[in-house]
Amino acid sequence: MTNMRMTDQDLSTRDTKIEARDVHVFYGDNEAINGVDVDILDKTVTAFIGPSGCGKSTFLRCLNRMNDTIPICRVTGDIKIDGGDIYDKSIDPVQLRAKVGMVFQKPNPFPKSIYDNIAYGPRIHGLVASKSDLDDVVEASLRKASIWEEVKDRLDAPGTGLSGGQQQRLCIARAIATAPEVLLMDEPCSALDPIATAKIEELIDDLRQDFSVVIVTHSMQQAARVSQKTAFFHLGDLVEYGETQKIFTNPEDKRTQDYITGRFG
Amino acid sequence: MVDMAELSAMHGSQASAQRMKKRRSAELRLQIYGILAITLAGAALVALLWSVVFKAAGALTETYVTLPVTLSAQELDPDGTGDPAVIGRADYGGFVKDLLKETFPSVTDRKARREMYDVVSAGAGFELRSKLQDDPSLIGEQIDYPFLASDVTDLYLKGSFGRLLPQPHSGNLSVIPSEDGKTAQILTSSNDFAAALSKVKLELIDQARGLRRQAAMQDAGVREFERRAANATSDEVRTENANQAISRATERDRLIALAEELEGRAASAGGTEQLTRTAPTVLVRVDQGWVKLTEINATGGVGRVVLPIEQTDALPADDWKMYLTDLPENARKISDNQIVLIEDLMARGAVETVFNTRFFSAGDSREPELAGLWGAIVGSFWTMLVTFLLAFPIGVGAAIYLEEFAPKNKLTDFIEVNINNLAAVPSIVFGLLGLAVFLGFFGVPRSSPLAGGIVLALMTLPTIIIASRAAIRAVPPSIRDAALGIGASRLQTSFHHVLPLAMPGILTGTIIGMAQALGETAPLIMIGMVAFIVDIPTGVTDSATVLPVQVFRWSDFPERAFEARTAAAICVLLVFLVIMNALAVFLRKRFERRW
Repeated sequence: MTNMRMTDQDLSTRDTKIEARDVHVFYGDNEAINGVDVDILDKTVTAFIGPSGCGKSTFLRCLNRMNDTIPICRVTGDIKIDGGDIYDKSIDPVQLRAKVGMVFQKPNPFPKSIYDNIAYGPRIHGLVASKSDLDDVVEASLRKASIWEEVKDRLDAPGTGLSGGQQQRLCIARAIATAPEVLLMDEPCSALDPIATAKIEELIDDLRQDFSVVIVTHSMQQAARVSQKTAFFHLGDLVEYGETQKIFTNPEDKRTQDYITGRFG
Repeated sequence: MVDMAELSAMHGSQASAQRMKKRRSAELRLQIYGILAITLAGAALVALLWSVVFKAAGALTETYVTLPVTLSAQELDPDGTGDPAVIGRADYGGFVKDLLKETFPSVTDRKARREMYDVVSAGAGFELRSKLQDDPSLIGEQIDYPFLASDVTDLYLKGSFGRLLPQPHSGNLSVIPSEDGKTAQILTSSNDFAAALSKVKLELIDQARGLRRQAAMQDAGVREFERRAANATSDEVRTENANQAISRATERDRLIALAEELEGRAASAGGTEQLTRTAPTVLVRVDQGWVKLTEINATGGVGRVVLPIEQTDALPADDWKMYLTDLPENARKISDNQIVLIEDLMARGAVETVFNTRFFSAGDSREPELAGLWGAIVGSFWTMLVTFLLAFPIGVGAAIYLEEFAPKNKLTDFIEVNINNLAAVPSIVFGLLGLAVFLGFFGVPRSSPLAGGIVLALMTLPTIIIASRAAIRAVPPSIRDAALGIGASRLQTSFHHVLPLAMPGILTGTIIGMAQALGETAPLIMIGMVAFIVDIPTGVTDSATVLPVQVFRWSDFPERAFEARTAAAICVLLVFLVIMNALAVFLRKRFERRW
């Protein structure tokens, strides 16, 4: 089934959403990413795989400038979304993050009600004018994150009271609620059990309809299941980037081959 | 190379069993030390609380002497104006004294009168004045007015100056007043005064012991001068020392003779003894009349009439009473005359002890019976208000900036180290700073809650900043990521997410800091909050004092009644501190959130 889904993709018709050229990231004097060029397509799930410490999460965090919050971190090179340089001085990272949503490794709902968790983004960005509009946004976001049926009766309950898988879907709904164009996911299933993982994966596949999704994962099966394009990182280098099917069946680089066959990592 | 199999054989060996035993006993010892330390601390706390509360109990009641009083219009408001200003100008102190003179017409000599005036508080007249100013229609009426008793009266009734001990007696009493009525001869038909006499004689033994001690010292002198005389090189020195030895020997013999005489008097039954100020007081009472014995023998003696007594002959034992005080007159603050007057007032049913609301509603006073804590409580309130309004926003703001916004560099490290150091600075240094900068340079009013509050805010700031930073740091970074990840600014992240989660910890730290400030004395002394302030402060610029400073001041006053008030003030302070700490615990429990 996974393979079917991949084969019926025609990736050539997709536009490029994110264009990264010669991206270097330094933590102090330590270079974590040494020159990455990558084009991420719109309405596509792109998976970043690679062994721990290879820089895939670091690169992901460059895409919405979350690295700015780390004082010693320095980013060089160009990253463009829809042709606009996100590291340009005129770009406010706060605005950027509303456009490029992020889901983290560990579910981190605010210790507030489910409703407030979702409504917080639209509120601070002034996306909605009225309470009823806000209600609509909350419902739509929860529906899109396929958690609406589970929580619709207890929107006032604290978000922290949900199960791990529900919390992660709540976090996805929260990220969706600010109407982003790109959704970054940093190992979103690593803290979840297989059933919750399956639900999230299904959800990611649905999200592809509306967003460009970039997912970092340690699970190669997951990358194979949900993504159309895969990038393999190793020691700060982007070793190989291409269609998922090709990476997993016929990798060009020896390191990719070794990694996906489980010889290291 | 070590053989691991050999090593493993060592488990369970004798040496290992020995080690195990040692380890266990070390653990047991540690536990015992811990339990001992806790027990000791607990016992000290209980002892402290018990002694403070026990002492404070005396301040919880006050005494009134209710006397019928004619509020003569002629004396208080001669023109009948009914104007409070006019009424206020009358001499109420004299009015109360006149009333006492009327109540005890037999007390005539100056010293006795002065002692009589001391039975009622000096503030009683002022209270009567304000009552009449509030209600001028009372003038011309006759009312029963409760006059506040003096601290001496109050303490006597609470038993601080010993008690009057009724003595058993069986004989018939005869009293023969002298012609001028100032003294009286007392006689009983049996040896009723023998017990009192022997008590007085115990006193003689004490005196004899003292004399013998002095004699022993003289004796040592005799021997020293004799030795010097024996070792002397010249005749002149020898003679001088010999003379010294002789004069000391004379003195020694005189003292020993005196002591022997006293001991002889003490040993012999009967005889007559003078009652001095160092002897227990013996009082004889017949109805309203009181006689204080100055000379005692087994069957009676001679006494000074304190309150007039009728001449009686063969009064049966049930109709007269004899009392002994357990403290001699020179060992207590209250004179025998005052005791008699108070006992007489009590017999009339004029003395009443009520709950001391004045203590919680009045300002400070030099007179212990008039002194209250309300001024200090209000002063503390204003001071704490200023402290809170300054320290909380500044402290929390500094903590947020340092934790969430400030770059980590040498400067912020330096600031952090100094904030921690500031918490360890002796509080009196803040007082000096306040004196020099706020009073000296900025001209903040002296002794005011404003000045005190600023100084205490400086003192509290490090506590609040450190506690707030710890609370902010304890908020998981994932919450910040979550907020930043959906496009909240750092300010929004801090105020919408981090601060509410850190608030219980911040409030706890703030309340602990405030409690510390509430109990602080030293810096306030520097800025003049030790001044004697009677008025209740109505704002932050009025002169005021605060609870701990009030405790400090009262503990320094010589009047005995302030002892109980000091203890009571400490209790009030402790109650406030306990309330604040309980509030801190409550807030922490109530607003603690899990994630």
